[in-house]
This record gives sequence, C-alpha cells and structure tokens, in this order.
Amino acid sequence: MKSKKKTKVSERLRAWDQSSFDLTDALELNPPLPKAPTPEDRESLPVIDRIEARQFAGFRKIYPWLAGLLGLVMSAFLLLGVLKLPPYGAADNPPHNEVMDRYVGEGMHETGAVNTVAGVILDYRAFDTLGESHVLYTAAAAVLILLLSSSRKGEEPPELRRIMEDDPILRNTAKVVVPFVLLFGVYIILNGHLGPGGGFAGGAILGGGLILYAIAFGYESLERLINDRSYRVTIAACLCFYSAAKCYSFYCGANGLETIFSTGTPGAILSAGLILPLNVAVGLVVALTMYGFYSVFQRGRI
Amino acid sequence: MLDSLWNNRIPAAAVLLFAVGFTTLLLHRNLLKKIIGLNIMDTAAYLFLASLGYIAGRKPPIITDGNTDPAAYANPLPAGLVLTGIVVSVSVTALMLALTLRLYRRYHTLDLDKIYMMARDEQEDET
Repeated sequence: MKSKKKTKVSERLRAWDQSSFDLTDALELNPPLPKAPTPEDRESLPVIDRIEARQFAGFRKIYPWLAGLLGLVMSAFLLLGVLKLPPYGAADNPPHNEVMDRYVGEGMHETGAVNTVAGVILDYRAFDTLGESHVLYTAAAAVLILLLSSSRKGEEPPELRRIMEDDPILRNTAKVVVPFVLLFGVYIILNGHLGPGGGFAGGAILGGGLILYAIAFGYESLERLINDRSYRVTIAACLCFYSAAKCYSFYCGANGLETIFSTGTPGAILSAGLILPLNVAVGLVVALTMYGFYSVFQRGRI
Repeated sequence: MLDSLWNNRIPAAAVLLFAVGFTTLLLHRNLLKKIIGLNIMDTAAYLFLASLGYIAGRKPPIITDGNTDPAAYANPLPAGLVLTGIVVSVSVTALMLALTLRLYRRYHTLDLDKIYMMARDEQEDET
C-alpha cells in the first residue's frame, strides 16, 4: 500500500515538474490521522478514561500560564545570580587566574601555536577534543542507525532531486561559489594554529560546500569521492590517527622524553608540532559528518 | 542594583535568552519547535561562557609581534569550552532530529500530545 502511494506522489510531482499542475490537491499526501479524540469519542470512553480526559483538558488550560510563570520565575532567579557576578570585563575576575597566565604566557613556546585557543584545545586539552570528535562520530553513527534501518537501500527520492537539479540558478551559482567555499574551508583548517579557525570551523565550512555541491549536481557526482566505504574508512582513520598521536605525546610528556615533533618557529605554516595534522584530522571528521548528516536525512544513506 | 545589572548586561541577556529557550521548550507541543527551544538554550550558554572570557581593552588571544605578556590578551579558555559546547549541541540536535523523523514517519504528526495518545492507543490494542 505504501509503494502505491509513493508512485502516486512521484507521478504528481513529475506532472507538476513538466507542466502546469495544480498542487492544492496534492497537499493531502499523508494518510489521514488515526482518530483524534472528538467530544463524541470522549463520551463513549469508559468512565475512568473520561475523567482522565477531563482532567487533561483542565490541565491543558492552565498549562501555558504555568509554563510562562515557571519561565519568569527561572529568569528572576538567574538574574539574581547575575547580580552577584563580578564586574563584567574586569581583569581580576576569578576566571582570569594563573591557568590563563600560563596558557597565554608560555603557550607559544610550549605548543608552537600562535593562536592560543588552538594551543589549548589541541595540545594542553587535546584529550577533551578527542572526546568531542568521538561525540560527533557517535552521533553520526546513531543517526545512521535510526534512519538507515527504516529506508530500503538504493531507493532514492527521485522527484525531489530532479526538481532541485533542474534549477539553473542554483547550478550556476554553485558552480561559481563551491570552489571558493572549499578553498576557504581548507584555508581555515590549515591556518588553525596561526589565526582564528581550526578543524571544527573549517570542517563545517567544507561540509557546507559539499552539501551545496550535492544539492546542485546530485549525489552521484560526489559518489566517487564520498561513498559509504570512504566515509567509514576516512573517519575511522582520522580518529585512530588522533588517538595514536595523542597517546604518543602523552607518553613522551609523562616520561619527560623529547617528542619527534618539534614546535618549529611560531608563526610559520609548518610549525606547532602535532597541531596542524590534528587540525586536518578533526576537519576531515567534521566535514564528512556534516555531509553525512545531510545525506542521511535527505535520502537515507551516505 | 540596576547599575550592577547594567554592568553585567551581557550575562543578563544570556540568562534571559536561556529562560526564553526553556519556556519555548515547555510551551510548544510541536517537536521541531521544542528542538529550536533547546538550541536557543545552547546559544545562551555559549553567550554566557564567551562573556566570561572577555577582559575590557585587551586583544583576542592570538599572539602578535611575539608579545607573550598575559596582561595584553583576553582569556583563551572560555573559547575552547564554547567550542566543545557547540560540537555537543550539533550532535544532540542531529540525534533529536533523527528521532523526530522516525516518530513522524510512524505517526504522521509532530504534535507530542497526539503522538502520546496514539502510542497509548497502540499499547491498549496490544494488551
């Protein structure tokens, strides 16, 4: 029954695509709701259920007011807390303690990164960032599990794709914009230790460029680059590389050994030891995950 | 009192934004709007954290001209924490959207009350 409905939808969309077609009667695409309880239904319910329904209706009447009141009370309490905060922007506030002095004062010599934030997240606190990458990977895996299992493999939503693909404005804009978006993403990733940016920001930009390309030219054109296999292999390789690299530097650091990765001259593109390769690994993971999210939500597979 | 609130206006704005997100979460029965409310709460948390790292008159923590005096730069630590928060919120949002999509495919509605009623009916049918 479901497949019958599908062909009907696709026929309608095709007709709409090729000619003028009134879409108003296609608005009822979904099967009608299973019975929403009406007053007559409520009368026919058993007594206990009827009482419950009445209570539910009364609760629903006061619920918005309760929710609004709760919001107001909560904001009042939080504002009371804000009143007790130290003055905004003062240099001797509690967050600006010796930890910050160490990170800013010694960071450039110890990590080789001019961008102190990159030094903090990929060197001093690299373990935290490794966990972040795994959170992202786990979320992508969970989304895959949730959405893959319910869609038959190999089936595409052809209607939607054809409509998007035939758009000349989108195609020509993407043709001009996508190379620059990808180049900018690569620049942000590779410059993470020298200026604002890094793996997460650059990876998100790269992923956005890939998504734009997929919308404009279809998934097939990207399939040679990103498919199920390359997606899995790349992400797993990046995470393994990250873990291995950090294990090595933790081992060396804990035992007072010199690492083979020198910090180089701060400010040069090839400096800061492990930060640049780690940024590349994180960027690849983020870019593929972003593209993977879009692809899985749109068509049920990567 | 108002003076000190005005001095801390950015944390105060973050706190109000948090309350707005929380109330959105409670008031809407549409699952997508609940997710939007949760994202507003996330954003409020970032704003609060980032405002804690600010020091008036100092430069962002990117070493320029080899000057490593900590008194010249803002605090880099909250920026790193906000980054963590953003990544986690992206992951959680994606997971929630996937769950919502599954619910929609089964019940053809995003209204939480209707979903709840239908799920209860199904349970009663089974027993």
